[in-house]
Amino acid sequence: MRINVTVNGIAYEKDVAENRTLLRFLREDLGLTGTKEGCGAGECGACTVFFNGKTVNSCMVLAVEANEGTIETIEGESSGGMLSRLQEAFDRHHAVQCGFCTAGMIMSARELIHHTPHPTVDQIKEGLEGNFCRCTGYEQIIEAVLDVTGGYTAKEELIHV
Amino acid sequence: MYENNDPRTLAYVGKSVLRKDTSEKLTGTATYVSDMVLPGMLYAQVKKSPHARARIVKVDISKAKALAGVRAVLTGDDLDYRIGLYIVDKNILAKGEVRHYGEAVAAVAATSLEIARKAVDLIDVEYEVMQPVLNHMDALKTDAVLVHPDLGSYEFIEAAFTPVPKTNIANWTKLRKGDVEAGFAEAAYVVEREYDNPSVQHVPMETHVAIVRWGARDKVTIWSSAQSPFTVRNLFCHTFALPLGNVRVIVPAVGGGFGGKAGIHLEPLVACLSKKAGGLPVKLQASREEEFSLLPCRSALTYRIKTGVAEDGRIIAQKMEMFWDAGAYADYAVNVTRASGYSASGPYEIPNAWVDAYTVYTNKPYGTAYRGFGHVEFHWGVERHMELVARTIGMDPLEFRRRNALHPGSITLTGEKITSHTGDVVACMEAVARSIGYGKLTAAEKNRELATGRKIGKGIALLQKAPAMPSNTATAAVIKMNGDGSVTVNIGLTEIGQGSTTALAQIVAERLGFDIGKVHVMVDKDTESDPYDWQTVASKGLIMSGNACILACEDLLRRGYAVASHVLKACVEDLAHDGENVYVRHDTENCIPWRSIAIGYAYPDGKGIGGPLIGVGSYIAQGLSNLDKETGQGKPALDWTFGAHGIICEVDPVTGEYAVRKVASAFDVGKVVNPALLRGQIVGGMIQGLGTATCEGYIYDDAGHLLNPSFTDNKIPTARDLPMEIETIVVENSQIDGPYGARGVAEHPMISVAPALGNAIQSAVDADLAHMPIRFEDVWRAMHDKHPIDNWITKTPAGSCRSDPAARIHTPDAAISP
Repeated sequence: MRINVTVNGIAYEKDVAENRTLLRFLREDLGLTGTKEGCGAGECGACTVFFNGKTVNSCMVLAVEANEGTIETIEGESSGGMLSRLQEAFDRHHAVQCGFCTAGMIMSARELIHHTPHPTVDQIKEGLEGNFCRCTGYEQIIEAVLDVTGGYTAKEELIHV
Repeated sequence: MYENNDPRTLAYVGKSVLRKDTSEKLTGTATYVSDMVLPGMLYAQVKKSPHARARIVKVDISKAKALAGVRAVLTGDDLDYRIGLYIVDKNILAKGEVRHYGEAVAAVAATSLEIARKAVDLIDVEYEVMQPVLNHMDALKTDAVLVHPDLGSYEFIEAAFTPVPKTNIANWTKLRKGDVEAGFAEAAYVVEREYDNPSVQHVPMETHVAIVRWGARDKVTIWSSAQSPFTVRNLFCHTFALPLGNVRVIVPAVGGGFGGKAGIHLEPLVACLSKKAGGLPVKLQASREEEFSLLPCRSALTYRIKTGVAEDGRIIAQKMEMFWDAGAYADYAVNVTRASGYSASGPYEIPNAWVDAYTVYTNKPYGTAYRGFGHVEFHWGVERHMELVARTIGMDPLEFRRRNALHPGSITLTGEKITSHTGDVVACMEAVARSIGYGKLTAAEKNRELATGRKIGKGIALLQKAPAMPSNTATAAVIKMNGDGSVTVNIGLTEIGQGSTTALAQIVAERLGFDIGKVHVMVDKDTESDPYDWQTVASKGLIMSGNACILACEDLLRRGYAVASHVLKACVEDLAHDGENVYVRHDTENCIPWRSIAIGYAYPDGKGIGGPLIGVGSYIAQGLSNLDKETGQGKPALDWTFGAHGIICEVDPVTGEYAVRKVASAFDVGKVVNPALLRGQIVGGMIQGLGTATCEGYIYDDAGHLLNPSFTDNKIPTARDLPMEIETIVVENSQIDGPYGARGVAEHPMISVAPALGNAIQSAVDADLAHMPIRFEDVWRAMHDKHPIDNWITKTPAGSCRSDPAARIHTPDAAISP
C-alpha cells in the first residue's frame, strides 16, 4: 500500500507491505535507525516515537496506520547540530550508558514534559515506566528530567566517608 | 601504577567529566550491529528445539531449500565443529540429540527476514523425546541421565578445571584450608542450611546480534555485539583452525552486556551460514524470546553452608558446598564455579574452611557469565546465613559481622594476606548501617508503622569480589598524537555502557597534563587495529586498561621529549611540558609546541626529525598464580573490592507484600575516578540486584519448557520500582597498583542486594527466607510456616526445578564413586 507520512518534518511517499510495522518502516525503509527494537512486543519502550503528537511503541503500530500521519523520532530531537535542552540534560546527568534505551526514553520524557511541564519525581517515574533501562537504574534519568523542568536541586554524586 | 592521587593536584581524576560517547547515543546516530545493513546481506533464522531432551531422528530441509530467496540451510550433520570456552562440549548446531529447550537444530540464511522465517517453519524435525534431567540435585544421583555421556573425551583446560567423566559434573573445584572437622569439634554452635536461586536472564536492551562475512581464502570478518572481540577471534579461530590473521572482529556500539556477551555466541553459526551462502554477509539477531533460551542465562545455585562458631561469636570452621546448575553446556559456568569457590565465604575470615563447588549439567538453557560472576548468587546464601548464625547464637548481626569480617592481617580462603591497601569492608558496613539507622526505628518510623499497620525492617549485607581471570591476563593501550597536538587512544576494551571510554580519557588527560578535550578514546573496536585486550569483563577494565594507558602516556612523553631535546638543544632531564608545549624548565620561553613535533618536526631548513609520536603501554596482571587443584591455595585476585548494602523495607504483616523504602550502598573503590559514572554503576547495579532479589527468574514446567521467556512474564525493574531513597557512599583506601589508586566496581553493586533485602524483611516480620527471588507470596509463606529449614522447598510449585529434599541424600560423592 502506498502511504504518505511526514517524519521529522520531511514528507515521504512510500509503498509498504500491509504487515510492516512502523518500527521497521522507520529503520529499514527510511534508515532512521535511532529508534531501537528491544522486544518487538510493546513491553520495553525502546521503539517509542511520536505518532500524531502522542507516543506509541512503534513495534505495535503498522506503517499503513501512519498514512497521512506525522511521526517524530530521536533524529528530529536535535536541530542544526545542537542538542535539545532535554538531550543536554541527559548528557549533564550521565543519564546514558549503553544508549540503547535512550531514544525511547527521550521520546517518553518529552511527552511527559509536554503534558506536565513541572513534574514531580513520582510523575516522572510514572511517565517513564514503560521504558526499560537495564544500565542506569533510572535515577540519573529522573534527575535529567527534573533538571530540564526546573525541579532539580543540585546534590553531591557520592557521599565520601 | 604508582601515581600521585592527591585530590588537590588532580585536574580530571575525581571529577564528573561528561561522557565521551553521548553525542552519538543521544541523537540516535551511534551505530550498533542491530542497525547495520551490508551490501548483499542475508538474514538468518534458527530452528529451535521445543524439547528439553530428545533424539533427533530426522531433519527434512527439502521444503526450506526449495523456497525462493533461501541461500543456505544448515543442520547439525553439516557441521563438524565443537566450541567451548573451557570445556569444548557444544556443537554449533545440535547433532544427534538436543540438550535443552530452545537449542539450535537448524539454521537458514535468506534474502529477507520474512523468507528466513518462513523457511525455518518449513523445516521438519522428527524427535524422539527422552526424559530430561532438570533438577541439578537430581542430576547428581547415581542413576541420573547423563547430559554428556562423552564428557571424558572432551578437550578442556586442565590447569583450572576438573570434569568428572561418567557423571553430570562438568567441574569440581575444591578448597581446603586448616582442619575443618577439628574446627567443628571445637565450636560451641554449628549452624547448617541450604540456600538457592533460579536461573536469571541478563536482559541487555540490545539482544545478541552478529554479522559475518566468510570471504575467499577463508578471510572472515565479524561484526558483533560482543564484549570481547579478541576472545571472539581466539575461540573462533580455535574452532575453525584458522590463523588469527584471517579473522577480523569489529565491535561498534554495544547495547549492554552484563556478562551475557562475553565469550563467543552466535558468531560461529552465522559464519557457517555465510560460507554456505558463498561468502555473502549474513546477519542474525536474537529475538527477545531467543535471548532467554537460545542464548545463555545465569546459572541457578543451591548453596549449603555449615558454620561452626565459638562462644564469643568467632567463626572457627565453615564447610561450603555449591551446586551450580550449568544447564546443557559448561560455557562460563565452570569458571563461575571456580571463582565462587575461592571466594565462597564472602568477606569473612574463616580459619578452617572446606569448599566443594560443583558445576552440574542439566537439560536446560545453559549458564554463562553475569554481572558478579557467581557472587550475586552465593552471597545470597552467605549473607542470609550470617544473619541466621548471628540470630541463632543471640548476637546482633552487625556485631557478628564486625567480629568476623576480613581486616588487615586476615588470611583469605586461598591464603592471601589482607593489608590496609586491600580495602575496608567494615568501613563500608558501618557507613550503610549509619545511613539506614540500623538496629532501631526512628520516632517517625514508629509513627509510620502505627499509621500504616505495616512493619518496618532494616537489614545489611556485605560483599566482596575480585576479577575472575587467568593469572596472566593482559591488555595494552596505544596513544597516537595527532597533528594538532591532541591524542587518540586505542584500547581493546569495549564500551558496553560502563563508561570506560570516559574514565580512561580522564586518566590519559591527567597523566599527560593535557586538556581532556584533546583526548579521544575510540569507541568502536577492531581486532585488526586495536591492541589486544583479553575481555571486557570481571570489573578489570579500569584497573588494567587504566594502567596500560598510564604506561602508554609515559612512553609517549618519553618519545616526545627525545625529539624536543634535539630541537630545544637541551637534556631530556631539563625538559618539562604542559598541554601545549614542551619547554626547558629553567628557560620556559625555550619551548616547542606539541603540535610541531606530533607527526615529526621540520627544522627551518626543511630537515625532518622524529616522526609520528606514538606511545605504547602493555600491562599484565602481577603476581597471580593458578590455584592448587586439591587445596585451592594460591593467589587468584588482582584486587578485591569490598562493599555493603543497607536496606529499609516496609512489610504488610498480613499479606507479605513489601516495599523497599531506602537502599544505602557503600564500596571501597580505592579512588573515585568519575563520581557521576561511579554513581551510574552503583545505582544501575543495585537496581539490577533488586530485580534479581524481587522478581526475576526462569520458570520451567515438568518437561523442561521455559514458561516465561518474555517481558510479559519475566519482569525487570522499571522507574517505578526505584526505592524512595537511594544513597551511594564511597570509601577510598588506595589500591597501590591501581591507576591513581582506583579499583574495579562495575559488578559489585549488584551483589548482596538480595540478602540485604531478605535480612530487612526478616527483621520486620520474622520471615525466614532461603530462596530468592523474594516474591510477596514467599514472604507470606515464610511468615506462616515456621519449619526452619525446608519450608521454602516443600512448598515449591511443581516443576520449577528447585532442590527437593529427597535429592539431598544423594551426595556428589555417591555420584562420583558409583
